[in-house]
Amino acid sequence: MIPELGHFALIVALLTAIVQGTLPMLGAAMREPRLMALARPAARAQFLLVALAFGCLAWSFVANDFSVQNVATNSNSELPLHYRVAATWGSHEGSLLLWTLMLGGWSFAVTLFSRNLPAPMLARVISVMGLVSVGFLLFLLFTSNPFERLVPAAAEGRDLNPLLQDPGMVFHPPLLYMGYVGFSVAFSFAIAALLGGRLDATWARWSRPWTTVAWSFLTVGIALGSAWAYYTLGWGGWWFWDPVENASFMPWLTGTALIHSLAVTEKRGAFKSWTVLLAIVAFSLSLLGTFLVRSGVLTSVHAFATDPARGVFILVFLAIVIGGSLALFAWRAGKVGLGGAFDLVSRESMLLANNVLLVVALASVLLGTLYPLFLDALNLGKISVGPPYFDTVFYPLMAPAAFLMGVGPLTRWTRTPLPELATRLRWALGVAIVTALIVPFLLGRWSLLVAFGLFLAFWIFATTVVNLRQRLSSSPRHGLLAKLRANSPSYYGMILAHLGIGVFVVGVTLVKGYEVEKDVRLDTGESVALGGYDFKFLGVTPGPGPNYRALTGSVEVRKDGRLIETLAPEKRIYNASGQTMTIAAIDTGFFGDRYVSLGEPVGTDPTKIDGAWGVRIYLKPFVDWIWMGAFLMALGGFIAVSDRRYRLALKTRAARVFGGAVGNVGAD
Amino acid sequence: MKTVRWSIPLAIFVVLVGFLWVGLGRDPREVPSPLIGKPAPSFALPQIHSDKPLSTAELTGKVYLLNVWASWCVSCRVEHPLLLQLAQAKIVPVYGLDYKDNPDDGRAWLAQNGDPYTSSIVDLDGRVGIDYGVYGVPETFVIDRSGIVRYKQIGPLSVESLQQKILPLVRELQK
Repeated sequence: MIPELGHFALIVALLTAIVQGTLPMLGAAMREPRLMALARPAARAQFLLVALAFGCLAWSFVANDFSVQNVATNSNSELPLHYRVAATWGSHEGSLLLWTLMLGGWSFAVTLFSRNLPAPMLARVISVMGLVSVGFLLFLLFTSNPFERLVPAAAEGRDLNPLLQDPGMVFHPPLLYMGYVGFSVAFSFAIAALLGGRLDATWARWSRPWTTVAWSFLTVGIALGSAWAYYTLGWGGWWFWDPVENASFMPWLTGTALIHSLAVTEKRGAFKSWTVLLAIVAFSLSLLGTFLVRSGVLTSVHAFATDPARGVFILVFLAIVIGGSLALFAWRAGKVGLGGAFDLVSRESMLLANNVLLVVALASVLLGTLYPLFLDALNLGKISVGPPYFDTVFYPLMAPAAFLMGVGPLTRWTRTPLPELATRLRWALGVAIVTALIVPFLLGRWSLLVAFGLFLAFWIFATTVVNLRQRLSSSPRHGLLAKLRANSPSYYGMILAHLGIGVFVVGVTLVKGYEVEKDVRLDTGESVALGGYDFKFLGVTPGPGPNYRALTGSVEVRKDGRLIETLAPEKRIYNASGQTMTIAAIDTGFFGDRYVSLGEPVGTDPTKIDGAWGVRIYLKPFVDWIWMGAFLMALGGFIAVSDRRYRLALKTRAARVFGGAVGNVGAD
Repeated sequence: MKTVRWSIPLAIFVVLVGFLWVGLGRDPREVPSPLIGKPAPSFALPQIHSDKPLSTAELTGKVYLLNVWASWCVSCRVEHPLLLQLAQAKIVPVYGLDYKDNPDDGRAWLAQNGDPYTSSIVDLDGRVGIDYGVYGVPETFVIDRSGIVRYKQIGPLSVESLQQKILPLVRELQK
């Protein structure tokens, strides 16, 4: 019964979404308040219905209802409870349902935090989100029904893919989707603004917090995925430029550009049509990512069951949503007018440069991701594009962006006298250069790339300190605390996110520059030295797990003869599927990781486990700074949106709009 | 003019959709073999049921399939019933290449699952496999009368792949 209830809830949700997607929009066009007033209740009802459906699916997983196809394929009665819950979004159908749930959740949030939005604006925003929902609900119901019954029911499930049986699975997809889908709000605001002909600072101020929150979630989601790959794949990498990773990274790059151009649009009224375009593109890339992952047009390590009918459906949906939005953009963007003028050295120009670099980086990632598909479609052969391309193109684009990040926050709007800027930056430049020259020596080996990476990181740190000092000293208040309080949360959020980039750059630079690895055959009792440590292999012991058998290795780590720790890398053989998983043992530290993973038993008889094993040992200096940096960026984002000005400003501006005093088209 | 400028994103998107549409019809996992249209790499290897070596020279003059299999290969079990049917129908001789496998295990596997092969050769160290560019067992090659590789299937045979590609090609070559 429960699965049928879920299925029924989805159908009703579709009907509600159709109401939500059409009537309020119609009401806004006809200036009919009664139709516009449908927006809130329809969006809320739709969310609750999808949540009910999601709950039903989760219940089926938790209760081991193997008469549901989806459960029988992706779960097993031996699977621990938290993974049964996570298995809800482990399949294609379940993850689409999660997508739809998130979309409903964001719409619900918009209905809660929009008391000050003018009614036509809200009606249009909610309607656009409703239309996107319609597409996803149709997709679910017609090609990917998660509640499909299996007749006769299976006695036991085939189990969740062992790769997904990991705490990462519990958190990574929901957070990633929060980010992905969150861009739908900025997108809907952009479409609503184009439809209503109101593209101004107020619109930018409304979009900003939503964009920043979505971006922050996406940042955490990507970082978690990267950390997950690092510790489960057993070869110590943290980013592979895989098409599916790129699919999440492209919206992130666009979202980053969007956050910055929204700042210009809000403060100076400039870059309006560009900002709208970025808002459309960010969400379009989220949709494109979904298409690339679900249709199987590209090969990727994220193998999902693919089905040509699904690919065709998403592509048609993509063409309607994105094509329609871009057509609307082509039609209306010319009418929004231009913003204020600015000098070559000004905050506007810095943010423009930031946007150009980010968008070029985005284009190069998009090109690299789709290049195999382009060539194949033109019958020019089959190729794959890997890290060498992305590394060559991406780092040279990001280096100037990181450099400008130090300069940008110190510039003023409209124009900044160059000598004044130079005076402020002299000190920071000195610190960065000296650090970049000296630190690599202290770490053991000087190399140009490490020096350059550290220069960028310390440039960001030093300019941030300069910026903060200047802010505090120019504050008229007395006392450090009062001075600190005088700055807004959004300022501190910005500072923190930029510091996060610096921390991230330190991590990437040092791990690329100084990581060491060794792939060795070790007999029981044998040891190997690496980077000042001795790793002694004590053999492998078998043992049971909840739904797998484990072979647990034991490796003693010594430094100067003193025992530091014993690492326990594992091989797991899952009962239901017979698949093997490698669980690396990692000693995580502030200054780096010691990482040990088990390869295969070496020898003629692969069933003999008490002989020699292939063992992989890595030393990864500062690798955790990569994820720490990402979390700082996200934290910065969350702090920035706590700024009271978004709430206050909404009230005053909205009051003026209701008063009919502002006719904003091209008014800047 | 202005509208043209604002339409650029739309134009780019339309082109992109075109490519994605074509891409949907393709299989990105399908990697063409460089051997197609070239002579099959020669070998002379012991047969699984007798120590007498079998060489490519003895096979020239007839159209045949070369099926790469192994007792350790799980997906070989999937295609095995089809191979048995094919052997019963006697449309085309199928030769086996027991790839990186212990001959005893191979013989036991054939005894258990049935032997569809006219003969199987044993590639214990996988050298012939390297010559043939084997990277996923099972693989099946279609080789014509003059010893030229005409088609390569990677992964297990299916009813569709046999009916739509391999058998029509075999009939064409046998004419």
